[in-house]
Amino acid sequence: MHALCGENGAGKSTLMKILYGMQQPDEGTITVNGETVTFHTPADAIGRGIGMVHQHFMLADNLTVLENVVLGAEKLYGIGAKARAKIREISDAYSLNIRPDVLLEELGVADRQRVEILKVLYRGAKTLILDEPTAVLVPQEVDALFDNLRELKAEGLTVIFISHKLGEVLSVADEITVIRRGTTVATVEPAGTTSKQLAELMVGSELPTPETEESTVTDVALLQLDGLRLAQTDLDGVERIILDDISFTIHKGEVLGIAGVEGNGQSELVEAIMGIRTPDAGTVTLDGTDISHVPTRNRREAGVGYIPEDRHRHGLLLEAPLWENRILGHVTEKPNSRGQLLDIKGARTDTERIIQAYDVRTPGIDVTAASLSGGNQQKLIVGREMSHAPKLLIAAHPTRGVDVGAQAAIWDHIREARREGLAVLLISADLDELIGLSDTLRVMYRGRLVADADPATITPEELGSAMTGAASGHLEHAEGSTGGSAAVSAEDDEDDAR
Amino acid sequence: MNKLTQRIDKERLLLGIAAPLLAVVAALVVTTLVILATGKNPFDAFSDMVTYGTASDSQVYILNKATTYYLAGVSVAIGFRMNLFNIGVDGQYRIAAFFAAVLGGALTTPGWISIPLIILCAMATGALWAAIAGVLKVTRGVSEVISTIMLNSIATAIIAYLLQPGKLAELQAGGTVVSTKPLPESSYFFQIDTGAAGELWGFIVIAVIVGIAYWFVLGRTRFGFDLRTVGQSESAASASGVSVKKMIATSMVISGAVAGLIGMPTLLNDSHQFSNDFPVGIGFTGIAIALLGRNNPVGIALGALLWGFLERTTNHLEFEGYDKEILGVIQGVIVLCVVIAYEVVRRYGLKRQQQRVGAELAAQAATPTQKQEVA
Repeated sequence: MHALCGENGAGKSTLMKILYGMQQPDEGTITVNGETVTFHTPADAIGRGIGMVHQHFMLADNLTVLENVVLGAEKLYGIGAKARAKIREISDAYSLNIRPDVLLEELGVADRQRVEILKVLYRGAKTLILDEPTAVLVPQEVDALFDNLRELKAEGLTVIFISHKLGEVLSVADEITVIRRGTTVATVEPAGTTSKQLAELMVGSELPTPETEESTVTDVALLQLDGLRLAQTDLDGVERIILDDISFTIHKGEVLGIAGVEGNGQSELVEAIMGIRTPDAGTVTLDGTDISHVPTRNRREAGVGYIPEDRHRHGLLLEAPLWENRILGHVTEKPNSRGQLLDIKGARTDTERIIQAYDVRTPGIDVTAASLSGGNQQKLIVGREMSHAPKLLIAAHPTRGVDVGAQAAIWDHIREARREGLAVLLISADLDELIGLSDTLRVMYRGRLVADADPATITPEELGSAMTGAASGHLEHAEGSTGGSAAVSAEDDEDDAR
Repeated sequence: MNKLTQRIDKERLLLGIAAPLLAVVAALVVTTLVILATGKNPFDAFSDMVTYGTASDSQVYILNKATTYYLAGVSVAIGFRMNLFNIGVDGQYRIAAFFAAVLGGALTTPGWISIPLIILCAMATGALWAAIAGVLKVTRGVSEVISTIMLNSIATAIIAYLLQPGKLAELQAGGTVVSTKPLPESSYFFQIDTGAAGELWGFIVIAVIVGIAYWFVLGRTRFGFDLRTVGQSESAASASGVSVKKMIATSMVISGAVAGLIGMPTLLNDSHQFSNDFPVGIGFTGIAIALLGRNNPVGIALGALLWGFLERTTNHLEFEGYDKEILGVIQGVIVLCVVIAYEVVRRYGLKRQQQRVGAELAAQAATPTQKQEVA
C-alpha cells in the first residue's frame, strides 16, 4: 500500500489522472509489471488492471448496486445471475459486505464507497487508486475502510492512497511518497517518520519562502469591513451562513493574508467586497467612503484591482484578443475609452506596454487569450489590474497554476506596489506565499475569521492546524512545540472529517 | 513580431471566409444531387438562376428583399452577440408593423412628420414586445427561447383579433381583403426609379444606416464592449463590473426595436397597409441570415443578398419546370452547413493559433534574447 501526500495543488490529482489515462503526460513513462505502457483513455488503464475510486462517487442513485456495478461492463459477466454471483464472490473475498439488490439511494456514504471499490475490482483491477477516500467518512468508517484495504493488500492487490491527512497516511501505508509543486520531494517509510517530518516535507518549510521585507504598513485605514454577513438558502430551504460577522481593516501599504481550507467562504468574501454578491448585513468602507451599495464597476473605478481566483471564468475573455482583454474590467477608464467611445488605439498601445513591462510571452496582441499559457495569462491580468493605480488589490490565489518564474515576478509586483501604499487582500492556499507576503494573517473557517497570527513567527504547520478550526484567537508561535502542533494538525484533520 | 501578427490576421480572415464558402459549396453539391434525383439537369437550372438572377429587374427585386432580410438579420444578430436567442423577432416585427400601419392610416400630418412617427411607433412596439421576454428572463429566469416563441403566437392572435372590420381594420373595396386603413400617399417612403427594372425601395438607406450603427455601437463604444463581454462570458462580465441582467434586458429591447423596422420597407415602400397577406416568417429568415453572416454587418448583408437571390431565381425555376421546393432544400442545407462549418473552422482556428503561439514562443526561447534575461 503506497500513500501519496502533498498540499492542495501539489499535483497529486494530476498525477493520478495521468495514471488513469484521463490526461496525457508531456514526457516520462509509466511502467506496469515491468512493461512500459501508455494510457490514452481510462479504458486502457482498466485493461492494465488499474482502477480508480474517485473522491466524488460516480454512481446512479436510482439503480441497484448490481446495476451500478455492471453499468458499462455488461460484457464481462452479463447483467443477471452470473454478475450477481461474481459480485457476491468479490464481496465475500474482501469482506466488503455488499448486498447486490439494494437501491443505491438507500446506502450511506461508506457503503457507496465500498460499491465504488467493488466496481473497480469487478472490472479486474489489480491496482486500486483511491483519491482522498477518507475525506467523506467519519472515523469509525475510516477504520472500517482501512480494514478493507488491508484485506485487499493481503490478497495481493496494490493500493495507491492519496491523502493529505498525515495521521492516516502514517497508520496505513507501507511507503509514502511526498510531492510538492509537481515534483517528488521524498519517498519515506512510515516506520522511521514522524508526522512532523512529513509535514515539513509537504509544506517544504526549508524552501526559500517569499521574503518578508521591512514593514510598509501605515496607520491609514483603506478598506474596512464591518460585520459582513452573507447567508444563502439552498434548494432544501435550509439557510446556510457563508460569511458570518466578518470585520477587518486593511491599511495603506499592508498585505492582509487570509488562510483557510478552500470553500470556507473566501470566494464569497471576495465577491462581496467586489460587489458581485450583496451581503445581507455589514458595511464595506473604501478609503473613507461607504461602498456597501455601490455597483462593481464604480468600485473598480474607485481603485479596486481584482485578480480573480478563476482567471478563465472571471478574469479573461478567452476567445477575444489580448488587447480586448486589456480593456476588460476597465472599459470606463483611460486609456481604454474616451467618453462613451472605446479608444482602441490607446488600449492597443497600452497592451504592448503591459506585455513589455510584465514580460507576457506572446507573439502579439491580436492572439486570443486562450492561446497563452496560464502563467502568461496571469501576468497579463496582474499587469492590467496594476495599470490603473489601484488603492486596493484583491488577489485571490494570484500564483495558482503559474510556473515558478512567473510566480516570483508576480510576488515582486505585489511587493513593489505595497511599498507605494497599496493595500492588498491576499487569499491563497499556498501557505508559503501567505506567510511570506502578508503583514497580517487571518484564518478563515466556516465563514468566520477564527484566528489571527503574526507571519513573522508563525510556521506553516501552526497555520495549517488553525485552518482546520482547531485553534482560535491569537496564534502564538511556541518555541520547541512545532512537533506537537504538527501532530495536532494530523488529528485535527480527522476531527474535520467527523 | 509584426509579421506574425499580420499572418495570424490574414489567416483569421481566410478562415472567416472559408466557413460560408464551404457551406455554400456543400449546399450546391447537395442541390445538384437533389435535382439529379428528380431527373432534371442541375446545370441548366444553375445557369438559368445566374442569367435570371443578374437581370436588372431581378437586381432591384433582390435588393428590395434584402433590405427587409438585412434588418431581420441584424435584429437577430444583436441577440446572438449577447448569447440570446431571440426567436421572437418574427412576432415583434409583425405586431410592430401592424400598429405602425394603424397609426399611419390614422395620421393626416405631412409626410415629414408621419414617416418618422410611423417608424418610431414600429420600433417602440417591437421593443416593448421584446422587453416582455427580457424582463421575464432577468426577473424570473424564463428562457428567452420559450417566452419569445409564446409571444410569437400571442402576437399572431392579437393581430388576428384586431385585424377585423370594426376593430382596427376595414374591408377593402374589392370586398375580399381585410386591412388596416391605407397610408395616405404623403406617408409613402421615397423610391428610386430605375426605369424598366422597377422601383428600388428607399428604405435600403435606413438598412445601411442600421448596419453602420450596429458595427459602430458594438465595435467602437463602451456599451458595445460590455454587450460583447456578456455574450462571451457572463461570469467575466459580472466580475468586470457589467450588470448582466441590465444588459440582457437592454439588448433584448434593442433587438426588438430593430425587429420593429423589419416590416417598414414593405409597409412604407410597398403595401402601404397591413393586411392578411403581410409577409410572415421573416424573423426566422433573419436567424438563418445572422448565422450565415456570422453576426458581422457585412456578412449579414451578403447573407441577405444571397437569400434574396435564391428566392428570386428559384421562383423562376418553377416556370422552367423545376420543383419550387428546391428553394427550401438549398436554404435548409446552407443553414445546416453553415452551422457545422463555422464550428469546425472556429475550433480549428483556435487550436491552430494555440499551436502557432506555442511554436513561436519555443522558437523565441531557443534563441536567447534580452527578454529572456529579464525573466
